[in-house]
Amino acid sequence: MMAPALRRGSYWTLHYGLLAIYLFVALFPLFWLLKVSVTPNDLLYSEGIRLWPSRATLEHFRFVLAHSDFPLFFRNSVIVSAGTAIAVAIIASLSGYAMSRFQFRGKFWFIGLMLITQMFPLVMLVAPIFKMFSPLGLTNSLTGLIIVYTAFNVPFATFLMQSFFDGIPKELEEAASIDGASRFRAFRQIILPLTLPGIAATLGFVFTAAWSELLFALMLISKTDASTFPVGLLSFVSKFSVDFGQMMAAGVLALIPACLSFLLIQRYLVQGLTAGAVKG
Amino acid sequence: MTTTSWNRDAVRRSATPMRRRLARVAEPYLYIAPTVILIVLIMLVPLVIGLSYAFRDIQLLDPFSGGFIGLDHFRTLWTDESFWQAMKNTVLWTFASVALQFLFGLILAQLLNRPFPGRPVIQALVFLPWAVPSFLSGLDWAWMFNPVVGPLPHWLAAVGILSSPENILSDPDLAMWGPICANVWWGIPFFAITLLAALQSIPSDMYEAAAIDGAGPWQRFTRITLPFLAPTIAITVLLRTVWVANFADLIVVMTNGGPADRTQIISSYIFTQAFRQLDFGYASAIAVVLLVLLLLYSFAILVLRQAMRIPS
Repeated sequence: MMAPALRRGSYWTLHYGLLAIYLFVALFPLFWLLKVSVTPNDLLYSEGIRLWPSRATLEHFRFVLAHSDFPLFFRNSVIVSAGTAIAVAIIASLSGYAMSRFQFRGKFWFIGLMLITQMFPLVMLVAPIFKMFSPLGLTNSLTGLIIVYTAFNVPFATFLMQSFFDGIPKELEEAASIDGASRFRAFRQIILPLTLPGIAATLGFVFTAAWSELLFALMLISKTDASTFPVGLLSFVSKFSVDFGQMMAAGVLALIPACLSFLLIQRYLVQGLTAGAVKG
Repeated sequence: MTTTSWNRDAVRRSATPMRRRLARVAEPYLYIAPTVILIVLIMLVPLVIGLSYAFRDIQLLDPFSGGFIGLDHFRTLWTDESFWQAMKNTVLWTFASVALQFLFGLILAQLLNRPFPGRPVIQALVFLPWAVPSFLSGLDWAWMFNPVVGPLPHWLAAVGILSSPENILSDPDLAMWGPICANVWWGIPFFAITLLAALQSIPSDMYEAAAIDGAGPWQRFTRITLPFLAPTIAITVLLRTVWVANFADLIVVMTNGGPADRTQIISSYIFTQAFRQLDFGYASAIAVVLLVLLLLYSFAILVLRQAMRIPS
């Protein structure tokens, strides 16, 4: 009886040992970002590879918040990401509902259209979208970015919302329509409130995606007033590439909303995908 | 009860005026209209315009450009050494990134599959890199590889991989491994999440029966887990390959394609041509080549799947 117990013990040692390595690799780069952002400038080079500086400071954060354009970039990014997330959630719940509840002519082509958009490289669109948007005044404009990001995210969000609508019994709307409610009213007042978790997941996914987008923001935005966080951070890096403390403090600030929305969606990640897998 | 409500419904239906019947037919189209309009205007129209640019001379800063020049861009491309270098780099970038992401993702999914104390917290933490914006992971790793503020060159030198603590991002022979590291770090959670979802749909009595029959852990893995995961693995790896091949963010942020084009991949080359050279025509021509390559890849996969299905 000793041997299996011993084997089980060493199995769990290995198990936790491997997980510890994963944890270290996953968290160390983020820890390092934080570490450099609180290292005072005079210690940055002398204590280059120490795990924690002998003296920590918040001066980089103070400087970035008070004397740089980062609060503006932050605000712009919040507007763009939140605007995109809300627009996508509305548009995708409508189309996801249609996909879940209706058989209509052209549905096959509609699905095909959305799948095509997931296949081709979006970088192809950088130049033509710039050419289309600049006479319309949509370059250097947050609205322009919201429109582009909404279009890019709607197909995936439609499939996501459809899977949530599929989980709600059809009898609910049938009962409501017998009671005399129009289908759209039943959708708004009965079905949508039941898919709030799905809407939250969509908001989280889309917010994260819009917050991270880089290439279209670089191409479409050239003015500081309309810069999003990635654009601002990259131009800061290329201009002041020696000020590591401030750059990393700005990096930590960019991380905060992304982590918050990750916490919002992370419990749907595996569950949502498992539900999809079981359904086949 | 049912008959009366059915009757009432039938009566109401026959009394429905034309307009309401029309509204009922139009209803699904109204729901999908915003999606269709957005996709067509913001994705399909630019796609078609972009395809036409490939045959035109479009320089943003040159007001006299815009004429049709036929296949000139493609002739230039044929002799463009940066382009061929980018082709080679794309293969290394895609293959190394996907293989390592998959391998480490599979191990992680296995580790998280069984319940153990602390699993929810550990799972949230190891998946965290997935939430880090790509530009920030690129910058973070570029800093980690920088010998001035980052520890990695010193560690690599200490274990003898590097002869001296230098930045691998400026070494032409090693530079590609910088973005690959960042990409693997960032992409492991994606594979782990997808594979974990698939693992959890394997019925646990399969394992119990196998254990009773005396199958060891390795046998259980190769005889039960892998066959069950095979469809998920196939589809995820195939889709992810396309996605990674197109993923230019990390390279644009970390190296901008340098040193001497040694980290330039096709999609970052397209972006550089459009964004830095403002040569929209040439950028679109490269994009057309990329599109054709991706179509060939998808076609090859379909043929392969068909061929593999016939013997069984």
